[in-house]
Amino acid sequence: MALLTLTINKQSYKVDVDPETPLLWVIRDEVNMTGTKFGCGIAQCGACTVHLNGAPVRSCSLPVSAAAGQKITTIEGLSPDRSHVLQQAWIAEQVPQCGYCQSGQLMSASALLASNPNPTDEEIDAAMQGNICRCGTYPRIRKAIHRAAAMKPSGSR
Amino acid sequence: MSTPIASRRDFLKTSALTGTALVLGFSEASAHDSIESAVFASANHEITPFVMIDSSGVVTLFNPRPDMGQGTYQSMPALLAEELCISLDNVKIIQTEGDAKHGNQNAGGSSSVRGLWKPLRTVGAAAREMLIAAAAANWSVPASECRAENGRIIHAPTKRSFGYGELAAKAATISVPKEPKLKDQKDFTILGKPAPRADTPMKVDGTAKFGIDAKVAGMLYASIERSPTIGGKVTKIDDAKSLKVKGVKHVVKSERPLFGSTLEGVAVVAESYYAAVKGRKALAVTWDTSGFDKFSTDAFYEQMRTLAAKDGIRAGSSKGDAASAFKSAAKTVEAVYETPFVAHAPMEPEAVVADYKNDGTIEIWASTQGPVWTKRAVAKQFGTTPDKVTVHPQFLGGSFGRKGGLDDFIMEAVHISKQVKAPVKLVWTREDDITQGPFRPGMVNALTASLDANGVVTGFRHRVVGPSIQFQGRADIAGKIDDWAMEGIEPEDSPYAIPNVAIEYAHAPATTPVMWWRSVYASTNMFGHESFIDEIAAAAGKDPLDFRLELLAKANPAPNSTGARFQAVLTMLKEKSGWSAKLPQGKGRGVAVARSFESIAAHAVTVGRGADGKLRVEKVVVVLDCGMHVNTDTVMAQTEGNIIMGLTAATKDAITFKNGRTEQTNFDTYRVLRINEVPAIEIYVMPSSNAPGGVGEPGLPPLAPALANAVFAATGKRLRTLPMNLDAV
Repeated sequence: MALLTLTINKQSYKVDVDPETPLLWVIRDEVNMTGTKFGCGIAQCGACTVHLNGAPVRSCSLPVSAAAGQKITTIEGLSPDRSHVLQQAWIAEQVPQCGYCQSGQLMSASALLASNPNPTDEEIDAAMQGNICRCGTYPRIRKAIHRAAAMKPSGSR
Repeated sequence: MSTPIASRRDFLKTSALTGTALVLGFSEASAHDSIESAVFASANHEITPFVMIDSSGVVTLFNPRPDMGQGTYQSMPALLAEELCISLDNVKIIQTEGDAKHGNQNAGGSSSVRGLWKPLRTVGAAAREMLIAAAAANWSVPASECRAENGRIIHAPTKRSFGYGELAAKAATISVPKEPKLKDQKDFTILGKPAPRADTPMKVDGTAKFGIDAKVAGMLYASIERSPTIGGKVTKIDDAKSLKVKGVKHVVKSERPLFGSTLEGVAVVAESYYAAVKGRKALAVTWDTSGFDKFSTDAFYEQMRTLAAKDGIRAGSSKGDAASAFKSAAKTVEAVYETPFVAHAPMEPEAVVADYKNDGTIEIWASTQGPVWTKRAVAKQFGTTPDKVTVHPQFLGGSFGRKGGLDDFIMEAVHISKQVKAPVKLVWTREDDITQGPFRPGMVNALTASLDANGVVTGFRHRVVGPSIQFQGRADIAGKIDDWAMEGIEPEDSPYAIPNVAIEYAHAPATTPVMWWRSVYASTNMFGHESFIDEIAAAAGKDPLDFRLELLAKANPAPNSTGARFQAVLTMLKEKSGWSAKLPQGKGRGVAVARSFESIAAHAVTVGRGADGKLRVEKVVVVLDCGMHVNTDTVMAQTEGNIIMGLTAATKDAITFKNGRTEQTNFDTYRVLRINEVPAIEIYVMPSSNAPGGVGEPGLPPLAPALANAVFAATGKRLRTLPMNLDAV
């Protein structure tokens, strides 16, 4: 066990956990933020995607010790009030069906838009193909990313 | 505003504090599986309602069908809100919890809107008429001068109005109308239109609660080591290393009831999920897999092919004498089609919190399609009655049939909780989910048709061979036909004008568990059925879409019959898909149509070659006739999902077995469609005044045959085995 300090959504949390524990389970079960989901455990489906210093990572396969001291952002930190352009676009396009994968989809999409404010279809494919949706919301995810890009003043974050 | 799922008990406490309420539900006697339109009102005694309006004006609508993504969290309240003349933006929505008085609350078989279209509207209409009567009495005017609009009763001549909350107490004293008048379709303001779903906001900020998210005080976490084969007995457990893992509290045997068998496992129960998983990895379990280590895909399909070459059991829906027609034919066509076992693989693996309490009561927080099923199954398994079992249905992170009617993982968790005397959260790993089943049954379909000298189809035989879902664990099946396994292909669902039709069935029991999977046997039967119609068209030298229209026209269908609706759907598809326009060299277009769950879907699929020269799906155009519907946007979303799930099943990985084990374990070996593989999709919903049909499944069955038919059109090659490898064509 190890006493670690995590910075999640700009807040500091002290946790006493096995340092090998995947970040996912610490976020969900120790910090009690359940928006980040478990899907496969082997970084194949993207349901567990969070940002580590702004970059998308699969928290199911990242030991918590590697995330200590880094800036972690989860779906709960995307905005305090669903005001992120992607959340607004997701609602406008009625993207979710079961909704389970959508936290991960939104975290991958927000990392994409942060680095590429106006992605092409090919760039969306490249950034989003690590995220599985079994309900088949992919066409709406694509539309919502384009919608969010159009809502977003070019070049801003 | 909607609120997240709250417990009904909490709600009733709240309503008691805010004073008198108008409460409308069904009377208990009528509320069971066949809900009729009886309604029941109460001022203050505890009933199980569908509508509650309290004196502060808060309107609460109850959703009696768990939401797995199919949209019941919006569609069920919408049926109430339409007749109640209130916007869904201003109501609370509460998920029912399997209480017997709420009747059937199981979601499945694309039945939610079909089943509750009239009953829920009737409750809403009764509430509206009672509110109007209360207002009319207050004003001393005829009720006919009053109307309901957006949460108020309005007296137009005097421009007076009351909010529903102001009328609730009085309305509750008015006798419930026996046959409240339902709105005409032309007056609908909510139904049949696109609408945002109340669960969407919760699903973009991480606040929607799924089974895996439940947490209760004192809860432990469990992970179960399972037999490498499906089935297998624990002969020895060495848990010394496991118990040394920090946080591991217990190692106990687990039991998973499934179709009359009990599948054993070894559960590691710990203070954290990771400790449970780590403890599981540290276990050394010896298994006796004898009897469970034989099942292999290759041998099983050989066995099914042998059965497919013989006569099966003839279904009662058969007509004429197909065998004689074959003998006198100018030409016969024969083909055998094979569809694989596939996994459901919902994004949320099986997950549940179960608490077996000291007093013998059981409380469960779970992703379940059927809280009534869950209560019944758990009560039976643990020797109690359903009223001692509380189920809190959570949002389901996908299901597709997996989390309804079996309750296997739920009973597993209850059993562990009972042993360790604490609430337990059980989370299956993805490997557990993919390797342990149940699966969509692998099937073989053998078809034969005869044509006379003029190219007229004189006989048709569709023989279905495969494992039965409903026969599992049953002994009384000899000589019986599995009626579920005939989905989509019997004359009532396949209205082509063919005088002699034989529908046959041969049971091929599998020693691996099988379960309904989105659109069930329609998803496997229609691949053969509609591919074969194409093969007959080719043999007759006809355009496949025109050939279907001719076969339908020859039946001279009555207006609005299934045949006439097939004609309308295919005619619209012909126009919308640009069927008659010639495609460039190398491309091909295929068509298929199917009726399942009382809806008709027709797909036109276009394939072409990408820059790498490989064949790929370019476009799918769908026309869906689902009768009247609730939410046009949900209908579109479900159909998009059906196309994508159908494409996965048609072109991605199958589940294959060797020595009783699946050869796939996770999304790296059981690959599903990803965003870069999705074709262009166009969906057209047929305007209709017919009774509602299903929506969650009917868009799936035509996908695979339409794709195979498109591949034939593009390349001249018939692909009769799924999954198809487009790269190799």
